[in-house]
Amino acid sequence: MIFEDEPEPGKPFPLLPGHSSPGRLERVLRAGVFTVTAELAPPDSAHGEDVYARARIFDGFVDAINATDGSGANCHMSSTAVCALLTRIGYSPVMQISCRDRNRIAIQGDILGASAMGVCNILCLTGDGVEAGDHPQAKPVFDLDCMSLLEIARMLRDESRFQSGRKLTSQPQIFLGAAENPFAPPFDWRPIRLAKKVAAGAQFIQTQYCFDVPRLRAFMTAVEELGLLGKVFILVGVGPLPSAKTAAWLRNHVPGVHIPDEIVKRLAGAAKPKEEGRRICVELIQQIRDIKGVSGVHVMAYRQEEAVADVIATSGVLQGRVPWYPNRDKHLNDQKAAS
Amino acid sequence: MYALRLWSTRHARGLESLYRVFERVLVALDPLWRGIGYERIERPVAAIEKAIKGLFFDCQMCGQCALSVTGMSCPMNCPKQLRNGPCGGVRGDGHCEVVPAMRCVWVDAWEGSRRMRAGKTAFCVVQTPVDRRLAGKSSWLRVARGITENRT
Repeated sequence: MIFEDEPEPGKPFPLLPGHSSPGRLERVLRAGVFTVTAELAPPDSAHGEDVYARARIFDGFVDAINATDGSGANCHMSSTAVCALLTRIGYSPVMQISCRDRNRIAIQGDILGASAMGVCNILCLTGDGVEAGDHPQAKPVFDLDCMSLLEIARMLRDESRFQSGRKLTSQPQIFLGAAENPFAPPFDWRPIRLAKKVAAGAQFIQTQYCFDVPRLRAFMTAVEELGLLGKVFILVGVGPLPSAKTAAWLRNHVPGVHIPDEIVKRLAGAAKPKEEGRRICVELIQQIRDIKGVSGVHVMAYRQEEAVADVIATSGVLQGRVPWYPNRDKHLNDQKAAS
Repeated sequence: MYALRLWSTRHARGLESLYRVFERVLVALDPLWRGIGYERIERPVAAIEKAIKGLFFDCQMCGQCALSVTGMSCPMNCPKQLRNGPCGGVRGDGHCEVVPAMRCVWVDAWEGSRRMRAGKTAFCVVQTPVDRRLAGKSSWLRVARGITENRT
């Protein structure tokens, strides 16, 4: 997809009427095409090139890249810094903000700073408990929850003021997102919680891993009944499982991940489990694509990032579309000239 | 006490009615509170409130009670102190991600809220972030004072 007003890499798009951000993700979603986002695990390094290397893996297959904020309560390079590096060369990152490590003073400052660095998308999360990570002795902050974080971010953008009421001199132009887990109890409450997030300011949603399509369908039906379709873009979380062992580990150790027995059995019975895992992922994406109200998928392929291109290409969801990446147009022209 | 806390969410509707009456009494007694001085009465009332709500709800005295909109399950018992519903980490059996031995306070809250009248719809309203300055203060007096001052 090439926009007519495509900016020079690293510069913002012109802000269209009705849009909240000058960013690519909002543009693509509002254009109504099936959108793909992927998760980048920030490195345990102080080197910018490590971030670019991790982003390049997704070139040509994703519309935006999520930078996690201390995912699993483990220490890594900050999401703000990863996003600032990515925007420099034109990528459109989704900056994840967790309420676990910072209070409202720090978070509001980070939102302004990130926006100044060209970050257009923010995903508001509560965050995992510190007990889950590599620093269980740390103090959990949780000054805000994801819902109040959404409200505060929206207040910064729409009312141009801090939570204290103090005015900003210029507001952040940001597209606001939140997470949802349709696969965790209480199931009846999950669609209502989504409605609450939309009321608080969520414009897009990225869900937890989906391995249970019937459960997702039931969730989406309830979401439709609540009148939310058209008010929020829903990107469903997917990911390839490398083995039955990993699947079993994930569902037992990572709270909120629900993997049905059939999937674990299929992986256990496969001669090449890694390939079978990718095949399952492709099938899931194709089934998810056909569900009413789904705007795209969010691929989380932790330690299997190289699988993202393969899975997305095989699934055919991009329908020949090549999402932007640095030097995309030059590469495409070279390919055309060569053939 | 954990067992009583669970009992309270099971009896959310009765407690909701009881609180409605109690709130009226608190508001009606405003001249008395005002006579003694809200500041002077703060500590003893907070102590009584802590004892009663601590027993029935494991109240953490955040000073801005949300029980009427959280199905009579105190959200400050959530290890992440979420005020707007459960996180995505709730286990398949409805237990907490952080403290696996405890049922998710929001799973209880959801069930409690279904038993309530006003609390059923109020459950879906977005709650503002906690004002940490109010920790340890009496929520009862704050409500009584707020309602009377809004009337005038």
